[in-house]
Amino acid sequence: MALLSVKNLGIQFGGLRAVDEFNLEIEKGELYGLIGPNGAGKTTVFNMLTGVYKPTAGEIVLDGKNITGKKQIEINKLGVARTFQNIRLFSQMSVLDNVKAGLHNQYKYSTISGIFRIPTYFKTEKKMNDRALELLRVFDLQDEADFLASNLPYGKQRKLEIARALATNPKLLLLDEPAAGMNPNETAELMDTIKFVRKEFDMTILLIEHDMRLVSGICEKLTVLNFGKVLAQGKTSEVLSNPEVITAYLGE
Amino acid sequence: MAEKTKKLKLSTKSNLLTYAMLLVFFVVMQSLIATDSISNKLNGLLVPICIYSILAVSLNLVVGILGDLSLGHAGFMCVGAYASAFFSVSSADIIPQDWLRFLIALILGGVVAAFFGLLIGIPVLRLKGDYLAIVTLAFGEIIKNIVNLLYVGIDSKGLHISMESSQALGLEADGRMLIKGALGITGTPKDSTFLISFILLLITVVVALNLINSRTGRAVMAIRDNRIAAESIGINVTKYKLVVFMISAFFAGIAGVLYSHNLSSLTATSKNFGYNMSITILVFVVLGGIGSTRGSIIAAAVLTALPEYLRSLNDYRMLIYSIVLILLMLANNNERLNVFKEKISITNFLRNRKKGNTLDKEAKS
Repeated sequence: MALLSVKNLGIQFGGLRAVDEFNLEIEKGELYGLIGPNGAGKTTVFNMLTGVYKPTAGEIVLDGKNITGKKQIEINKLGVARTFQNIRLFSQMSVLDNVKAGLHNQYKYSTISGIFRIPTYFKTEKKMNDRALELLRVFDLQDEADFLASNLPYGKQRKLEIARALATNPKLLLLDEPAAGMNPNETAELMDTIKFVRKEFDMTILLIEHDMRLVSGICEKLTVLNFGKVLAQGKTSEVLSNPEVITAYLGE
Repeated sequence: MAEKTKKLKLSTKSNLLTYAMLLVFFVVMQSLIATDSISNKLNGLLVPICIYSILAVSLNLVVGILGDLSLGHAGFMCVGAYASAFFSVSSADIIPQDWLRFLIALILGGVVAAFFGLLIGIPVLRLKGDYLAIVTLAFGEIIKNIVNLLYVGIDSKGLHISMESSQALGLEADGRMLIKGALGITGTPKDSTFLISFILLLITVVVALNLINSRTGRAVMAIRDNRIAAESIGINVTKYKLVVFMISAFFAGIAGVLYSHNLSSLTATSKNFGYNMSITILVFVVLGGIGSTRGSIIAAAVLTALPEYLRSLNDYRMLIYSIVLILLMLANNNERLNVFKEKISITNFLRNRKKGNTLDKEAKS
């Protein structure tokens, strides 16, 4: 059974159908790409998958559970984590604390035990620290652990956002234009990171991207959105050679 | 592992500095008291300094850590002051031990204020920015005006409560007035000592700093820095906002208890519980550096003592006070002074040293 199965998903803002009849099946362990021209509704799909928007039609099933219309927090707890198109880090917190914030629901102790510093606090904090540093090491950020997140260079901020999303221990990772604003070198490095994350964490990844080098380089399957509707769907090479896709998005 | 121990050191050192500062303040003041060389003026200021520091530290939790502008802090203080003073006056005959009565009064004042924090917080924390400020401001004013209309008396038939006048209570001849409307509560025992106030300030600081450096603190700061991202990683925004709001109100209530037990008669005027007071507390927080617990305490202590010491300048008192405020704000925006401040800042010193180490490492590798 597919890890994520989306059937006839649609959302309407007033008179505007931003997304209509959207279908998607992602198997466990797949690296899936969602592409399309600006304003096609890609981020809207992400926002519906993560509970920011409530879909007006259709259903989303994650690992056998219907998550349609659930709240962001619940959907995150059920195993969907995301990054944002415009980076949204906790800028006034340290790099380490950003990841530890992501571990919020993985390691728990109550507010009271935090205030009174009972042994549980120290034990759990140590576990959180170790786990957070482990994640930072995956992204080669361990030396910047004490830096304020806002002081990191752009590429590392993107990586930190992925690390924070992974800290919530998701089944499905959604990356919204991870390569936006990156130079070719950084993009190449990011491709390696994404491949590594997939292998290391056995992660299923759905990503939105405009950079065709990245998309054709790492995605196995693609869905092309145009004006809120699915234009083409299937294996990356087939989709990218589809004449309709070329006219609508890639240009001849 | 190395970077982890350093990280612990960084926040812990900053916290230790705060505790050291408090301890030095306490030891100096206590030795002044012990050698009887303290001036009357300073002696009278000790308890208020602790009270306002508690208020500043607790408001800093909402403004600096949660990032919401609350202008109703004096309202919570008022609730704590009235609840505890009412308890102390009415239980004076029932509980003979002073310390026990004061302890219960403290807990009661804090809990009632925290309850009001919850009550106000549930609808109000859905609002953001200016709207939150306006509603909390209104809350503070409403509380002040309500207690000004409150008449409570006791006689053999029990409690009588009225919002009109003392006659409307219909007390028996042997009845006793407890709250006399705008005249407030009189006869509150003077239980607030410097020692107790200082201990409570210390507790407030410990709770605030421990809270900031815990799972809850991280969740709250995450909400402050980016609410949408905080929700996306599964942090319950409403819950943590309420938790901080309640803790903050609790300590404002405690400060209110100290305030009411430092004066023999308690009245609610715009000077002590009105929006003037809320703004003054906010000034402490802002001047101390939003988010800095240590700064809040220093600003509260200096700005509480300053007007008293400028009193000898009579009519110019407020003038000088406001000039000092303006100078402080200008100094905060002065680039050269900020560079200098960064040079002498201990937190930055620690941070830069760490950064320097990393750069060294990179250079070597």
